[in-house]
Amino acid sequence: MTTPLLEVEALSKTFVLPGRTPFARSAGAVRAVDGVSFKLPRQESLGIVGESGCGKSTTGRLVLRLIEPTAGRVLFEGQDILKLDANALRTMRRAMQIVFQDPQSSLDPRMTVEEIVLEPLLVQGARRDAKLKQRARELLELVGLSAAHAERYPHEFSGGQRQRIGIARAIAPQPKLIVCDEPVSALDVSVQAQIINLLQDLKDTLGLSYLFIAHDLAVVRHLCERIAVMYLGRIVEMAPAAALFASPLHPYTQTLLASIPAAHPRDRRTRPTPKGDVPSAMAPPPGCHFHTRCAFARPRCSAEVPALRTLASGRDVACHFAEELEEGP
Amino acid sequence: MAEPLLSVRNLTTEFATERGPALAVDNVDFDVGSGEVVGMIGESGSGKSVSALSILGLLPTPPARVRAGTAFFEGQDLLRLRASELRRIRGRRIGMIFQEPMTSLNPVFQIGDQIGETLRVHEKLGREAARRRAVELLDRVGIPSAAKRLDDYPHHLSGGMRQRVMIAIALACNPRLLIADEPTTALDVTVQAQILELLRALQRDSGMAILMITHNMGVIAEFADRVVVMYAGRVAETAPVERLFDHPRHPYSQGLLDATPVLERVERRLRTIPGSLPTPTGIDPGCRFAPRCELAQDECSRARPVPVAIAPGHAAACFRTDASAQWRLA
Amino acid sequence: MATASGLFLSEQNRFLVRRLLRNRAFVVGATLVAIVLLAILLAPVLTNGEPNRLAIRMRFRPPSGDFPFGTDNLGRDMFARVLYGGRLSLEIGLWVVVLNAVFGILLGALAGYFQRLDGPLMRLADALMAFPSVLLAIGIAAALGASATTAVIALAVVYIPRTARILRASVLVVRELDYVHASRAAGANDWHILFRHVLPNCMAPLLVQLSFVFAYAVLSEAVLSFLGLGAPPTVPSWGILIAEGRSYIREAWWLTVLPGTAIAITVLGLNLLGDGLRDVLDPRMKIEQS
Repeated sequence: MTTPLLEVEALSKTFVLPGRTPFARSAGAVRAVDGVSFKLPRQESLGIVGESGCGKSTTGRLVLRLIEPTAGRVLFEGQDILKLDANALRTMRRAMQIVFQDPQSSLDPRMTVEEIVLEPLLVQGARRDAKLKQRARELLELVGLSAAHAERYPHEFSGGQRQRIGIARAIAPQPKLIVCDEPVSALDVSVQAQIINLLQDLKDTLGLSYLFIAHDLAVVRHLCERIAVMYLGRIVEMAPAAALFASPLHPYTQTLLASIPAAHPRDRRTRPTPKGDVPSAMAPPPGCHFHTRCAFARPRCSAEVPALRTLASGRDVACHFAEELEEGP
Repeated sequence: MAEPLLSVRNLTTEFATERGPALAVDNVDFDVGSGEVVGMIGESGSGKSVSALSILGLLPTPPARVRAGTAFFEGQDLLRLRASELRRIRGRRIGMIFQEPMTSLNPVFQIGDQIGETLRVHEKLGREAARRRAVELLDRVGIPSAAKRLDDYPHHLSGGMRQRVMIAIALACNPRLLIADEPTTALDVTVQAQILELLRALQRDSGMAILMITHNMGVIAEFADRVVVMYAGRVAETAPVERLFDHPRHPYSQGLLDATPVLERVERRLRTIPGSLPTPTGIDPGCRFAPRCELAQDECSRARPVPVAIAPGHAAACFRTDASAQWRLA
Repeated sequence: MATASGLFLSEQNRFLVRRLLRNRAFVVGATLVAIVLLAILLAPVLTNGEPNRLAIRMRFRPPSGDFPFGTDNLGRDMFARVLYGGRLSLEIGLWVVVLNAVFGILLGALAGYFQRLDGPLMRLADALMAFPSVLLAIGIAAALGASATTAVIALAVVYIPRTARILRASVLVVRELDYVHASRAAGANDWHILFRHVLPNCMAPLLVQLSFVFAYAVLSEAVLSFLGLGAPPTVPSWGILIAEGRSYIREAWWLTVLPGTAIAITVLGLNLLGDGLRDVLDPRMKIEQS
């Protein structure tokens, strides 16, 4: 078997909240990411979906080591990036890039577009010569901007164009993996579709893999072969996109899908409305985090944490009663 | 046809900006019938929120200025009322909920007091009576053990619960019209489903009308009876909701529907609307969508299109409604 | 350098200049400051150029055509003394600003960017700020002995914690912006991020703060000199002029009032200029503009 592009094992991050006053004790801790494991084969994309506070963004930043994990391993092409020293990590970072949600804050307002796009190359030691400037113009054209934009500043662009600049920066060092952290959720619908298509095209032409973090399942459905669903720091279900949407197994996945508004007024939701709110990440329920909102919860669910396991059918679910749910009522 | 509950005509609102006046709302007409749920959809800068805030007199003036128009609600023109008269209508006859349940509640007051305030101001209830009504209201918006919640502060509540409190405040005086400005945008999808269902149930029980302002086609599909599609400060199309989804006739509505990714339709490429939204300071003699429209002809950039009636209750402000009928199928 | 060109040349900044010129506080403040600066720079032309020339026969002349600011107890031309005195006052103020900027940026950037240093540095700043500022300056100046250099050091030390705090606050914000994360994800090290992204984007509030520091410094220098803890009286500063004129305040009001007015105009000008800068550079405005 070939090594996957990215392999994440039991990745965890606990944030310790500082006290309110300088000398106060810590106000508590949040297990933002709690034992997350997944594999991402080359040229495939994995979507991570979930509601706010589920740890999906933190997972993305842990994978890039923008945040230091509390525990776990992140293997990129078989190499544990958590063990790399500063130099080796810098080299490794050519291959892993990130696109952010907010086109407003993701570009330095004092730099020109060319400087922004070339930054990943310059910090890697490239020389800023005519060839590199030419490269900047190629990158801009690749993302649907024009070479003439190179000398301008970010504030002169619309949200969608800024997101294109951010994407140009991400693909500049010819990465293999791009972590997309809600790259279209801040955009207007008419612009969002352009960016989704651009990401789709770049994936095909450059052979990229995305770790695509989003709360909008329809967007993920467009771009990812596989999808992981997170709830309060844990992956509760992971499946090929089509299978996940056709037959969600984990009760939370079912809830999530049932909550999506209809695509047409004819199909208005008649399914039962999910109950309750997402519990606080600072004090998640014991056992299966979802048991407080789960229609199928039994005593075992509040006592024992269900592991993410592969069923006989090949599906990965973290639920004690996945087999029963799979057979259906 | 019966007189609509709210009837807005020629509403025009401009903002003074560094770069000159910006027309945020440009000659907008729309109606909300009694007991009707109208969805107003648009992207940023479409003028959907500014329209609502204009008729409620809630825009900061300056920089904003309502330049023209009428907004008749129960026989009174809201735009001609004095501030004090408008205050009596706002919160009593017209309820409002906003996008940010975090900032819409005052963090230093208990929620019981915040609901009670509305009741004491508008209904002249005493402290005890207001408290009893507040419990009823919290109960009605689905807040568990409502009596205990009265003494909570907003930061004790989750985003969904805060929005429920906002709804309770908005409904305190049984308004005839509820204006909901992106009420679920800041919420997670499971909570959004709950809030939409709650609003639906409340609307059915009380018979109030709702003007739902949103950028989310899904919310429209789920919630609206009739839709007003806004683009760059103008109304592009109005239609009953099923008609809009089945037979959109303004190229912008068509583009918006096609650009929205939906689970049920997973073709590999989404149909897009080229270009980006126009700036509000620009002055276009013609259709503001023309620069992005594949059907645009010379006349589209020369004259402003007036709404063309297509079917009962369905009109599109477009010169090319004949062509747009076939175009989308291609 | 790109940041420099970013500061002075880009279209964005031309837009900023336009906005500044439309801000009344900034324009009035800048005009006042410019008048004061111009008068001080042109002192050799505007006056006889000899602030210390004695003329006992012309003692205590009130302001007139010959002596716009009158003369003092030794017959010296107060106009010349005020203008030349301003040189020292402003020079001290400028040095305070420079020292303050250097150490304020250094400490603020370190505290804001490197979390481990934040606690210790900020507690130190809190401790310094616990003293009333003028009292602290007096204490430092008294300990070091009276001289212009002492005044500069004392005043700089007093205001460094305030500047550092302001810079730290903006560093804390900018540090968490996505372009900083992007730069780190690209492999940039902390120094690159700090100097390339963080500091250039923290300059606006710093600029505002420094204009206020300048005003405080001019004012506090006068206090120190008045108390005899500033420059020696051979080259008068505004504070010394007021101290000297104090004895004759009943007979010759102009000896104290006119140098005092010079201080007031300068400080007012700098404060208005700072207010204007703040209005225009305020981050909320930045969002609005884009």
